[in-house]
Amino acid sequence: MSESNGAVWLAHVYVTLKTVVNDPQGLAIADGLHTMGYAGVEDVRAGKYLQVRLRAASAEEAQRFAEEMSDRLLANTVIENYRCVIEAAS
Amino acid sequence: MNFGVIVFPGSNGDHDALHAIGEVLGQPARAIWHRETSLDGIECVIVPGGFAYGDYLRAGAIARFSPIMGAVERFAREGGPVLGICNGFQVLTEAQLLPGSLLRNAELEFRSQWVHVRTERTDTPFTSGLAVGDVLRLPIAHGEGSYFAAPEELARIEANGQVIFRYCDPTGAVSSATNFNGSLNDIAGVCNEQRNVVGLMPHPERGAEAILGGADGRRILESALSVAGVRV
Repeated sequence: MSESNGAVWLAHVYVTLKTVVNDPQGLAIADGLHTMGYAGVEDVRAGKYLQVRLRAASAEEAQRFAEEMSDRLLANTVIENYRCVIEAAS
Repeated sequence: MNFGVIVFPGSNGDHDALHAIGEVLGQPARAIWHRETSLDGIECVIVPGGFAYGDYLRAGAIARFSPIMGAVERFAREGGPVLGICNGFQVLTEAQLLPGSLLRNAELEFRSQWVHVRTERTDTPFTSGLAVGDVLRLPIAHGEGSYFAAPEELARIEANGQVIFRYCDPTGAVSSATNFNGSLNDIAGVCNEQRNVVGLMPHPERGAEAILGGADGRRILESALSVAGVRV
């Protein structure tokens, strides 16, 4: 579990639907963009972006915590992929 | 038979389930708040419909980590009968007690209507009183009921006979016209490998007596009693 001390990090967590999963929201958004005249839009996939501020001893540990949280809660790995990017929080 | 109905903040089918079990079946039913940690004395668990924790993040995702869910997972592992209805189905897939996941309906509409489902298997606690091919008329009310499993997992649950109900027409015929939410293989309900945990998107508890427009749902709830040897 997460540390209560250490430096503060900001985890940017990007959750996206796997390519084999149909995305009706993305299709509806693409339809809207086409209606607006953006004829060049080929595909839209809707996902989630989360920011998690957390304490950890190092960037590596923060990365590990963020990935563990993503595996357990932030993403459903049956249908979604995730990517975590760690930076030192200001 | 002692039924327990799990109540999360945001559940809205809990009282429908308590009514159907208590008043329609005449069996003892107790509401179990999500903060509780024990299922002592409970012989059948119902995870009801609703919008647990507002369905924030994903339907069922946060409910799955409620204190009571540890007890539900132990109860399920020990072979206890568990029925997940609608949002309860979503909670059980998030808890990995059932395979697959429920996605946004294909047409993005929240669908509230009566549908027909065809019984595919009778070797679960909630279908034991049915016959294969029986068509049930049940109400649905969901925006995220499109069943999904990765191709290899879908093949596995089909091969294992874990698909319990499929959407169909009143004669039992399955076609794209009766698949209103985009579920893969027209799946309306599945069970786990051990067959004691069942989830379905339709609401048997809201269609369990004629005054509500249909009583077919009673047959699903009553099946659990026949497994336990209770005389109705």
